[in-house]
Formats: sequence, structure tokens, C-alpha cells
Amino acid sequence: MTLSVNNKQISYIEQETVVALLKRLNFTFPLLVVKINGTLIPRESYDTTIIPKDASIQIIHMISGG
Amino acid sequence: MDNQKQSILHSRLQSYTLGIAGVGGLGSNAAISLARVGIGRFILVDFDRVEESNLNRQYFFREHIGKYKVEVIRELINRIDPTIQVTTYKQRLEPGKMAPFFKDADVIIEALDAAETKTQFIEEIQQKYPKKLLVAASGVAGYGHMDRIKTMTCGTLALCYDPKAKSSEEDVLMAPKVCAMANWQADIAITYLLEKE
Repeated sequence: MTLSVNNKQISYIEQETVVALLKRLNFTFPLLVVKINGTLIPRESYDTTIIPKDASIQIIHMISGG
Repeated sequence: MDNQKQSILHSRLQSYTLGIAGVGGLGSNAAISLARVGIGRFILVDFDRVEESNLNRQYFFREHIGKYKVEVIRELINRIDPTIQVTTYKQRLEPGKMAPFFKDADVIIEALDAAETKTQFIEEIQQKYPKKLLVAASGVAGYGHMDRIKTMTCGTLALCYDPKAKSSEEDVLMAPKVCAMANWQADIAITYLLEKE
């Protein structure tokens, strides 16, 4: 089983939270937008949200400027 | 140019309302392009007034310095087409209170500056209006490498994105890239509206 993160395939780990996934992928940016299967995950739920099997995940790094 | 097609597209866009959060570099330029192609109604939210330092990239002129940005953009939109309805809010987008302004918008454009506010805005809008298209931008600072810009679509969030750009605290904000990304957002918005029917 695999996960898709920003259209790249990575291995699936059972009971992995969003926090653990971000750590595994070495995301160090503080301001991210995370969507799992199209649904936005609020920041306060990163440590309680378990990544489902075969999930399609998008992680976007927000950069200042406008 | 196909004038008939142009006129049909213009009248189709007239039935839609565009919400724009922030009327600085991204928001002012996106609003003007969207007014030109026919969007019928705008909701503009920005607490700020025009400063001289904005003139390097924002759609303002010297005589606008000191005026509220939302008021100036309303005036400019109505100089393009006096029938366009423009609702303005001279208010700061505060966490927890960002969504209600955009209740009537068909598409919302995130045109804020700080990464923290952008992230907060995306979270609030996507939770409150999960079915509305939200068009955001990330990585507008700098010059060069324009070919790094891409559209990233995840459900109802579309992002105009340069993943390798530095933040505006570490780099400059200049008209060519800021206007390109503003118009990129405007193009995503009209494409969605014209193709959803």
C-alpha cells in the first residue's frame, strides 16, 4: 500500500498522524496547507488526524508576499 | 479576434460575483483584469490605504496616495464599466471572522501578504465554504524564474505557486512577477466559471 503526496508515491505506515508524516518527509516550514483526499486538515488537528490507506495528500508551503 | 465569442463570454461572466481578500499587489491587479473581462460584481476587503511604496506593483497612481485601496479600486473598476457592482469593506481580516464577507461570492481570490494570514484564510474559507473555488497564491516575491510558476489544484483550492520563491521578508516584490501571478489567479477564476456550466 502506498500514499500519494504531491503526486509522488511514498510508503503507507499504519496509524500515522499528519504530524508524523510531515516529520517523516522533513517538512520544516511552519506554514503549510494540508489536504487529504481533497479535504483541508486544520492545523489544530494535525496530531489527531490519522492518514487513511491509499490517501492522496497535498502539502503546500505558504510563502509571504502579495 | 472572435468578437462574437468575446461578447458571449463577457455576458456570461456578468452573472458572477468575485470576492477578493486583500487589494494590494495581487488583489488590485486581479480585480482590474476581472472587471475588463466582464465579472458583474465584486466584494473587496482591505483595511489599508495607498502608500508611495505600493506604486512599484499595485494598480494605483500617485494621486491615490492616502486613499483607501478598496475605494480606489471601486472607482477604477467603474471607470472600465459603470454597471459593475462593487461592495467594499475597509476592514482587517481577523482570525475567526474572515469567512462571512465572502458569503455571496462564486469564487474567492486570496490576495493577502503574510504567510500566516494566507494560511489562516485558506483554512477558514475551505472549512466554511468547502464547495466554493478558492484561488490562492504563494511565492510571488523576486524576479526571474517565472517558468517555475504552476497551478496546483486540490479539490476546490487552486493555488498559483512558485515553490522555490523566497518570502517577501527576504526578497523584493516587483510588478512583473506580482502582476503575472495576479493575472494567473484571475485566469484560473474565469476558467472555472466558464467551464463549470
